[in-house]
Amino acid sequence: MAPLSWYIALSVSLFVIGLYGVLSRRNVLIVLMCLELMLSAVNINLVAFSYFLSHLGGQIFAIFVITVTAAEVAVALAIVIAFVRQKGSLKIDEISIMKG
Amino acid sequence: MEQAFFLLFASIAVASACGVVLLKNPVHSAVSLMACFIQIAALYILLHSPFLAAVQLFVYVGAIMVLFIFVIMMLEIRQATLERFLPGSKYIALVFSVVLGSAMLWLLFSSPLLSQIPPPTPSASQGSVSELGQALFTQYLLPFEVVSIVLLVALVGAIFMTHKGDG
Repeated sequence: MAPLSWYIALSVSLFVIGLYGVLSRRNVLIVLMCLELMLSAVNINLVAFSYFLSHLGGQIFAIFVITVTAAEVAVALAIVIAFVRQKGSLKIDEISIMKG
Repeated sequence: MEQAFFLLFASIAVASACGVVLLKNPVHSAVSLMACFIQIAALYILLHSPFLAAVQLFVYVGAIMVLFIFVIMMLEIRQATLERFLPGSKYIALVFSVVLGSAMLWLLFSSPLLSQIPPPTPSASQGSVSELGQALFTQYLLPFEVVSIVLLVALVGAIFMTHKGDG
């Protein structure tokens, strides 16, 4: 069977790909999707350690991460919709209202 | 056999993750991310956690991605797809990500603790749904309740923010 280091290496590569997307893409929706990718990479890590150490805590934590992700996506998409209604744009470098 | 399946799922996952980052159209990105999530669910089955695989399919592929595609179709996206990357930050972000990733991999493979983890002992009940439920409703009851309140607050917040009129 696949060793633990393979799972961690896969998790690292997915996390880094997601990070690059978050840092460089301009579309808010794609930035949010890359954020989902990063959270999923963390979940792979948790589940792999849960299996290899025979401890259920990792799986439970992964379930909580999935739940909080669902809540985060709902709020984030609501913010995106409100933003597009106000400014009519999806570009992330135009979200600078809070700067004052 | 299991290693071959792992390599198959992992390579498809990484390829579709690259698709999410590099594709121009947000709808294509969303479909690519869906493919990536399905591969991750398959990896959960390889890790003997079928409940998490089902939750991954239901919540990520079934709910979150449908929400994404719904919002993409609701909003006007044509002007946002003209320019893919933020001006100026493309190569800095690439260098930063590659450095961070190689640092993490170096730390991982140079660690002496990694070889100390024993191979898991396969048992029939490990990771089963009943065991998971028992742990969730006894030992982790308080975080479970807190997370339900988080979901409720997010629901109310999303409805409030998208409510037309008073803004």
